[in-house]
Amino acid sequence: MKTEALIMMLVTVSAITLVTVYFFVKVLTTKPKQEPDSYSENDDEPR
Amino acid sequence: MSHTKQAWGTRVGLVLAMAGNAVGFGNFLRFPVQAIQNGGGAFIIPYLVSFVMLGLPLLFIEWSIGRYGGTHGFHSTPFMMQSMDRRRLWKYVGVFGIFSNIGIASYYCYMESWTLAYIFHSVIGSFNGMDQHQVVQLFNDYVSLDKATLIPFEPIVFFLICLGINVYILSKGLSAGVEKVAKIGMPLLIVFGMLLAIRALTLKAGTAGAVNDSSVGLNFLWTPDFDSIYNPKVWFAAASQIFFTLSLGMGSIQAYASYLRKKDDIALNAMSAGWMNEFVEVVLGGAIIIPIAVGYLGISKVQELAGLGGLGLGFKTIPYLFSQWGPVMAAIAGVMWFGLLFFAGITSSLAMGTPVQGFLEDEFKWSRKKTALAFGLIILIIGMPTVLFFNQGVFDEYDYWTGSFALFVFAACEAILFAWFFGIKKGWKEINTGADIKVSRIFRFLIAYVTPVLLIIVFLGAVFTPVGNDWVAAFQGLSDGHGWAFDHESLVGKLMNNGLREQIAAATDPAVVADLKYKLLLSNLSRLLLLAVFIGIALMVRKAYYRHKKEGRLK
Repeated sequence: MKTEALIMMLVTVSAITLVTVYFFVKVLTTKPKQEPDSYSENDDEPR
Repeated sequence: MSHTKQAWGTRVGLVLAMAGNAVGFGNFLRFPVQAIQNGGGAFIIPYLVSFVMLGLPLLFIEWSIGRYGGTHGFHSTPFMMQSMDRRRLWKYVGVFGIFSNIGIASYYCYMESWTLAYIFHSVIGSFNGMDQHQVVQLFNDYVSLDKATLIPFEPIVFFLICLGINVYILSKGLSAGVEKVAKIGMPLLIVFGMLLAIRALTLKAGTAGAVNDSSVGLNFLWTPDFDSIYNPKVWFAAASQIFFTLSLGMGSIQAYASYLRKKDDIALNAMSAGWMNEFVEVVLGGAIIIPIAVGYLGISKVQELAGLGGLGLGFKTIPYLFSQWGPVMAAIAGVMWFGLLFFAGITSSLAMGTPVQGFLEDEFKWSRKKTALAFGLIILIIGMPTVLFFNQGVFDEYDYWTGSFALFVFAACEAILFAWFFGIKKGWKEINTGADIKVSRIFRFLIAYVTPVLLIIVFLGAVFTPVGNDWVAAFQGLSDGHGWAFDHESLVGKLMNNGLREQIAAATDPAVVADLKYKLLLSNLSRLLLLAVFIGIALMVRKAYYRHKKEGRLK
């Protein structure tokens, strides 16, 4: 591969992958808010 | 207040559903074609700039409008917008947020049904032993209806199956239907995408019929032509791609976000869903179709095919290329490729059903099942012309007016409403309420000034697109006193049917002239049908407005 194409591809792909993983991990690890929240699966009683 | 009991089951389910809404056919078929036509690797620069200046601000705006409207008991855009500003016009602007979803779903579900049909054909080995011309012919026969493929009226059968699946899932509700599909579909889509990307990136010239290494395709896609950055056409292409890929200006993001409570985060959710779409588009979408196509067909042939759009590559070329891998691998690759497209499609079409369901539920107190059936019936009636008259351009008419024009109008209006009428102070507070990340204040500036202005520019660009999309030449021509020549794809050119009229004028064969005139008639009729749909929704909104006024729900 040409060097400039390889650099462009590697920089773009790794930057986008890293940012995507960072935000998704943050979604998974952020503590849920106090009830009542928007999500039904952690409710004590069904809605 | 709204009587809906719908809710998201989990936060990750909501993010995956939002990402699924954004991820569609365009991620795999449109993006790579746009990139190779607009500067290769350098395209990523205007593309990511557009993502930050247009995409992310609009995501924040749409999530905020949705949650704000939802807390006022509204789950579709007409009354979400009306609740943000007392001017009566907004509820009619909000009609676009239902209209676009109906219009787009009408042809999108048809495309989705192609993926089902092609999974079926991959499994039974229909493409085995066919040459490239025969694979192209199979697609042409399929959409023609008059030629028999394997099952009589196959496109109609698969269209009905596809609609049935959508209706069934929508009838199950948000958590048990849409969210469940997103939780299964999105990971599967990523796994299929990764497996196909690995296969594409390990292509070697001389093995399994390939004539080029995968690196030739990657070079073709990623070699930057930095001069292209100075071309306005490339910026319009990048802005449009960001716009379509994130499903902005449709009203579906607002509908999904309307089931959130006031104190729950939208900032991190919007960021996560938006970036997930970028990952699928740039990382996976860029690694499949171009390396495989260049590996087998070479650069010049792929350039020629790309000129016909991504659909040609995805449905008319890829099955033939897979068949070079032997019957078993071809079947597996076919199921993965069309399965991936199916999941990309259905997670988007389900999002198109949600605002329609929200509107019917809010305004007519219909049950989830009844609203799902109504959506299916509407799409069946409005979508059938795209099935029956695909070759006569009805599909393209729907795509242009609902999938481009309506989106630009609506997005520009909602950005103006949010920043200038609702007010950036209130809007900024809304974005940050319950936020799990600190949103940079740069976005406040972008939302207040840059995004609305950019949207107006992009919209005007679509209205006045010059011939060949060559803005430099067009302005030069204007200053030299030669006037402005509209491209056939510009709004003005489309409205005047310039492309078809030119073809009619140039045709000499009476049969061809008659065919073209029939096409012109159907184009105009399909526009009238879409206009009637818009007016119908507007009348329903008007009726509901007076009821809300009487009930004191609106100022």
